[in-house]
Amino acid sequence: MGHELLDSVEKQYLKPQPPELGIGDTVDVHTRIIEGEKERTQVFNGVVIARRGHGINASFKVRRIVANQGVERTFLLHSPRVLMVDVKRHGKVRRAKLYYLRDRVGKARRLKERRRVRTVPATTAVAESPAFEAPEPVGAGGPA
Amino acid sequence: MISALLGTKIGMTRVHDAKGAVTTVTVVQAGPCTVLQNRTAERDGYDAVQLGFGDVKPHRSTLPSIGHAAKAGTGPKQHLREVRLEGPSDVAPGDVVTVEMFEDGVTYVDVTGTSKGHGFAGVMARHGFGGQQATHGVERKHRSGGSIGGNSNIGTGRGVKKGKKMAGHWGCDRRTQQNLKLVGVDRDRNLLLIEGSVPGPSGGLVFVRKAKKKG
Repeated sequence: MGHELLDSVEKQYLKPQPPELGIGDTVDVHTRIIEGEKERTQVFNGVVIARRGHGINASFKVRRIVANQGVERTFLLHSPRVLMVDVKRHGKVRRAKLYYLRDRVGKARRLKERRRVRTVPATTAVAESPAFEAPEPVGAGGPA
Repeated sequence: MISALLGTKIGMTRVHDAKGAVTTVTVVQAGPCTVLQNRTAERDGYDAVQLGFGDVKPHRSTLPSIGHAAKAGTGPKQHLREVRLEGPSDVAPGDVVTVEMFEDGVTYVDVTGTSKGHGFAGVMARHGFGGQQATHGVERKHRSGGSIGGNSNIGTGRGVKKGKKMAGHWGCDRRTQQNLKLVGVDRDRNLLLIEGSVPGPSGGLVFVRKAKKKG
């Protein structure tokens, strides 16, 4: 959709290697928090329930439960405030948007783990992630 | 020293700084503009520079405009615009001016363009009126503006107030947005990044100049 000149402007602000994450993944999002002079890293742990946008506008939503209350945060994929996204486990899902999780309570909130890691085209990523992950025992999945 | 250019609105996007603060910007491809003529106080009564922007094929142009541009040693231009100056011009016909003029000391700009055309629009779209109720006996008047004036006003010579907001043609007007922050200048691709929105559609002609009222 974009104009080539627009793309060339956006390109300067894109991360060369944006974090790789899929819908249903349980992730740790490391964010930079700047409080006046001080700077620290905060980790937001949860399930990726949606991705939207492309280019500089790409963002993703992470949902977690804090004190029995659902919390969702939207992150810009290319923001310098998102330092790192650590994928803890892959969820087995059949939707692009997991908004149905909002209506789920307790154990129903869990997602089955996808055992076979999606084949990643980047050669570096394949070396890091083994083709198979040991299946976790039933009951350990999902955010607490 | 002129500080104005003709350009094309490319579109909008967003940029962020190292801390992650996001700014919405409009990308404008401004210039390069060719100086076609200088107006001088002694000959014309005022000092100004005539800028030309965008090339036209000579066979699609007219002989007068070809001749006018030839005096500056260039081909015919699509858009001409005069820029008033405080004193005598420091550029000569044939000189090319680019976004470099905005690199030093310009932090705010005014942008003039032709706003997007909306055609004949009703009062709800054009002026943000609330319309009328969906029920309670309202018939065929749900988007109407309501009363435009009372009977008692007629005898006193007032009637419908002047400037009463009504339905009508909306858009396609010359509009100037003042004091927009200049976020970035890309000399290689003749781009200006201007904070916020500027009048007109993407691809439309805009006139960018140093802000009149601010730094």
